[in-house]
Parts: sequence; C-alpha cells; structure tokens
Amino acid sequence: MFKQDQLDKIAANKEKWAAKLEATMKKRPERQPEFAVDSGVTINTVYTPLDLADRDYEQDLGLPGEYPFTRGVQPNLYRGRLWTMRQYAGFGSAEETNQRFRYLLEQGQTGLSCAFDLPTQIGYDSDHQLARGEIGKVGVAIDSLADMETLFDQIPLGKVSTSMTINAPAGVLLAMYIACAEKQGFKKSEINGTIQNDVIKEYICRGTYILPPEPSMRLISNIFEYCSKEIPQWNTISISGYHIREAGATAAQEIAFTLADGIAYVDAAIKSGLDVDNFGPRLSFFFNAHLNFLEEVAKFRAARRVWAKIMRERFGAKNPRSWTLRFHTQTAGVSLTAQQPMVNIMRTAFEALSAVLGGTQSLHTNSYDEALALPCDESVMIALRTQQVIGYEIGVCDLVDPLGGSYYIESLTNALEEKCMDYINKIDALGGAVKAIEYMQKEIHNSAYQYQLAIDNKKKTVIGVNSFQMEEKPPEGLLKVDLSVGERQVEKLKKLKAGRDQAKVESLLKAIREAAESDANLIPVFIDAVKEYVTLGEICGVLRDVFGEYKQQIVF
Amino acid sequence: MSEKRIRVLVAKPGLDGHDRGAKVIAQALRDGGMEVVYTGLRQTPEQIVSAALQEDVDVVGMSILSGAHGTLFPEVVNLLREKGAGDVLVVGGGIIPEEDIPALKEAGVAEIFGPGTPLANVVTYIKEKLN
Repeated sequence: MFKQDQLDKIAANKEKWAAKLEATMKKRPERQPEFAVDSGVTINTVYTPLDLADRDYEQDLGLPGEYPFTRGVQPNLYRGRLWTMRQYAGFGSAEETNQRFRYLLEQGQTGLSCAFDLPTQIGYDSDHQLARGEIGKVGVAIDSLADMETLFDQIPLGKVSTSMTINAPAGVLLAMYIACAEKQGFKKSEINGTIQNDVIKEYICRGTYILPPEPSMRLISNIFEYCSKEIPQWNTISISGYHIREAGATAAQEIAFTLADGIAYVDAAIKSGLDVDNFGPRLSFFFNAHLNFLEEVAKFRAARRVWAKIMRERFGAKNPRSWTLRFHTQTAGVSLTAQQPMVNIMRTAFEALSAVLGGTQSLHTNSYDEALALPCDESVMIALRTQQVIGYEIGVCDLVDPLGGSYYIESLTNALEEKCMDYINKIDALGGAVKAIEYMQKEIHNSAYQYQLAIDNKKKTVIGVNSFQMEEKPPEGLLKVDLSVGERQVEKLKKLKAGRDQAKVESLLKAIREAAESDANLIPVFIDAVKEYVTLGEICGVLRDVFGEYKQQIVF
Repeated sequence: MSEKRIRVLVAKPGLDGHDRGAKVIAQALRDGGMEVVYTGLRQTPEQIVSAALQEDVDVVGMSILSGAHGTLFPEVVNLLREKGAGDVLVVGGGIIPEEDIPALKEAGVAEIFGPGTPLANVVTYIKEKLN
C-alpha cells in the first residue's frame, strides 16, 4: 500500500522514536504490563504504515460494495438508507406483544423482531408439562395460527419486515407467518423478513434444539429451497454469533465459529442438491457488538472479508450477492450490569456505534434494565432513541467505512481474519462445525471463565461491579409477566383444540409424518396444517416421533 | 486434611438455555476444592432432585435466566424435603428481580446470587454455610 522509500523513512524515524518512548516510559510507566484485546492480539503503542507494509489495497480492501467487501456490502451504505432499527420484543400473550409492536412502530422503529417464549422455541404447546412457569416469560407464546393472527393484528405483513428468533421449529413458524399474511390479503411473494433457523449454535450454546443434527440440517435445506422459489425476499437463516459471544467467546471466536456454522449450512444445502447461488444471496448473519469498541469495528470488517472469500473461493459462488455478508447486530447483553443500570445506556450507545461503523444492516440496542428484567416501555424507547442519535445527529452515516484506512483498524482487521481462519481450519480438521460442537463449547467456556476471573481480580474494570460502586435503592417499575398469562394461554388452547375437526387434524398430521419419512420438502405440508390450526406442539410432536430428539453432551 | 470434600450439584431447571453462568460457577466451585456435578440443560425439578440424591450432594445450585424461578426453585426445595433431603443447601442465581427474593427465601432457598457477584463470594458462602 506504500512505496518502499516511504516505508524506509518511517522505519528509520520510528527507531529514533522508540528510544524516546523508552525514556518516557521510565518517567511515566504504563498503566498495565501489557495491552491486548480479548481475542489475544497484543496492542502496540501506535500503528503506522509499517504495520500494513505487506498489504495490497485492491486485494484486501477495495471499494464499498466490491469484493472482498471489507469496507461494506453496498457502495453508498447509510447515505442511501440507514440500517433497519429493529428492537427485539415479545412477552406474555399475543395481545400484549401486539401492543408493544405497535408502540415501537409508532416511535419510528422500521422493522419488527419477535421474541418467542421457550416452550414455543422448543416446539411444545403451552399445555405441555415442561411449559410450566415458562409461558410468555422470555417472549410471546404461540401455539397456533390463531395466536399469530392476534400477534400481527393491524400490522400489515406485506409492508413491514419481521425477524423471528425461532430456530428448531422455524419451518412451522414461517408457515404460520405465510398463512397469516395471506389471510391479511397479501401474496407470499410480498412478505419480507428473517427467521433465525440456525440450529448448530443452539447445540453449541443457546439450547433451544429439538431434533438431532441430520434431520435439522434437512429442515434447514427444505427452507432454503422453498423460500428461493416462493418467497424470494425472505432471509432464510440468520447465522448467529451473537449467542456464541454472549456465552463467553472472544471476538475472534465469535466470527470464526459463526462462519464455520455457515460453512456447514452451505455444505448441507449443496449436498441436498441446491445450487450455491440459489440460496447464497439470502443467507444473513447476526453478530454481537461488545465493549472493546475498535476491536468490534475490526471484527465486522474481518467477518465480511472472510465470508466473501469462503463463498467465492471455497464454494465457487458466482453471484456477487452470494459473496456478501449482510448482518444484524445486537449490543452485548452480557455487558449490562444490574448495578447502576443507567450506565448501561452509555455502554449500549458505544456498542451500537461500533456496529454502525462496522457497517451493520440492522440493529437492536439493549435497554438499560435488562440485567434486571424484561425491558419496560421507557427503557425500550431510550434504546431506540440511541440508534436515532447515531443515525441522525452525529454525522457518522455521511460516508461509508469512516474508520477504513486507520492503521490500527486495518491491522486489527488483518489479525482477526488470521485468528478466525486458524479456528476455521481447526474446525475443518475436526470434520466441520457439527462434529466440532464440543470443541467450540470448551473454547467458549474457557474464555467465559477467563473473562469472569479478569473481572474478579480487577484486571478488567466494570463500573458499578468492581469499581466506582455506590449504595443504590432497589429498582422500581420492572416489567413482570405473571402466571395468569400461562393459565389464560392454556385455556385458549383448550378451546381451540375443542373447536377443530379432529379427523382433519389427524389427516394433516399423517401427511406431515409421511413427508418426514420421505425426502419431500416439509414446508408445504406445514402450511397446509397450520391453516387448519394444527398446533406447533402437534407438528413438532410428529417430528420428534419420526426423528428422535437431540441429546446434549455435557461439556464443562 | 481428611476433611470431606463438599459435593455440589449445579443444575439448570426449566427450558432456559443460558448456561454460561452455571458453567462458570461450576468451574469456580471445582477450583475452590469442591466436587461438582453439572446436570446440563432442561432439567425438571424431579430430575434435579433425583440427581441430588443419587450424587449425595450437600448443595444444589440452580441458575435460571428465563423468569421461571418463582415456579421451579420452590418445587425443587419441596421435592428435596419430601424425599428426606431437606438438609441440602439450596442456592440460586440468574436474572432474579430483588422483589422476588423474599418469597424464594421463604420457600427455602438459602441465598440468591445476582448478576455481578464475584465467584469467590459464592465459594466462601458455601464453605461457611457447611462448616
């Protein structure tokens, strides 16, 4: 990137400067023996062109919207349209969540993001024994299309885009969403949104798996195939590093394990007979924005470059849209403190800014009270306003990749790419992501433990937790989901089940069983079933019966 | 020196999949000299109590971040009592609002460790309680 005579001059000057630095350090010793990012990259005092001497601008960076997309996936990025401001929401009943959705849209939010409760995420109806105490707690309870209709009441599904955090039963919830949109009068091809549909990370760290890997991968490939034909605008998967990071991974591990999962999905889809350029453009990603601001910016840039190379070089994708890594970001839940919760507003703002400087396509900002409970209306509003301040007030969206060209950012982007590739090579050697689940779990746990020890021994400062503590009054006004939500949901389900034509339900479940036992695509039979109010638990019950359940290996 | 090592069951009741905290605590207790068994995810109160009896533990530590603590923690305490293991020390952690803590203590949970608790505090608490 620089001419040799320039570099020689800088090197000579830097040598002189090093002596000066040493003299200064004698008078002003440094605050800590070593500076490093959690990913294990040492940070030097200053960065210069010497750190990028062996790099090639065209090959490593290029222009925004061009391979390898280090600088962004679009030529004009936020000068055209800001990222989608998408707050993850959902709790209690479908009625309550519908109200929160409409509140967020009124406040200027530009897309919806739906949280489901744990029984829904694990494919149990609310009347299942294991749903006790969990109904409506971490998201909305959806048992059947009837709940979905209430959830999106007066929200036109042909006009908003919706992201659904649903994995193991993603195909069933997608079927309900399609049925719901059609009932509202929209065509399938008009709907737009994302399903998370990333089961490997459920095995690794998030826990809402149902089936073993093989049938899970088949369902995912079924979704890729169905959507590429019927709902071309749909993002068929959101390959997620967010939860991997929340579970303790470093930034380098986050992108490495996520992209390794991505490789496994692409491999499976190609093996099932799909063309990489048919589904490649609809793959999307989901990352965490953590506290180390500059490391995070570099991480997003490195991830884009690595994925572009994987899709083009490893899988031979020809469509440039298959090469682009488009991603959603959420600020780090794990960085929020229960102590002095208002300080979380600042943490979240810096994390969100790193995602924007890293070129995110959509963003969720956490609310300051989330280390204590589900967020209240006020805290959600401030979280959304944080995004609006970044988008409209501080000027960072007036150009693309403003930190590109910083000697440090570029150097760290290179270092994270290298670390990421080391991990991907290790995972390849183990036989791919599905075979490497326990390896990744161990790595994540070790990082999590080190992180906690660093806080406990004050190597890492956490304001309010190990430094700058103060006496506080217990927080007030926290949102609570009471148990009556569960009782009402069970009652509603009972009525629904009593009002159906049982023979029809049985025949639709039989059709699902037969499709599951053959190689047929399961999505069309899911759609037929949900339209007749066959429940999520009934459908997943058949799948459990045909395919068996995943058994977690305990690694710690 | 011949002091019996404290045995702990670290458990994840309910459907919640967040096990970072549970595993970090488990490791800290192990590094603190205790024998630790971790149940893995999605344990019913019945499964937790049966594991506690089978492993003959002195302590059951549970972690929930989903909000189901009010239902599941007391169920575990009650089942332990029913099975004649009411002397097992039961502690919990997770995203548990302060206002829920009195009811949990009333139900027999000895202590709740909220977010930000140093690992050493948990280790010391258990050691002091059992000596």
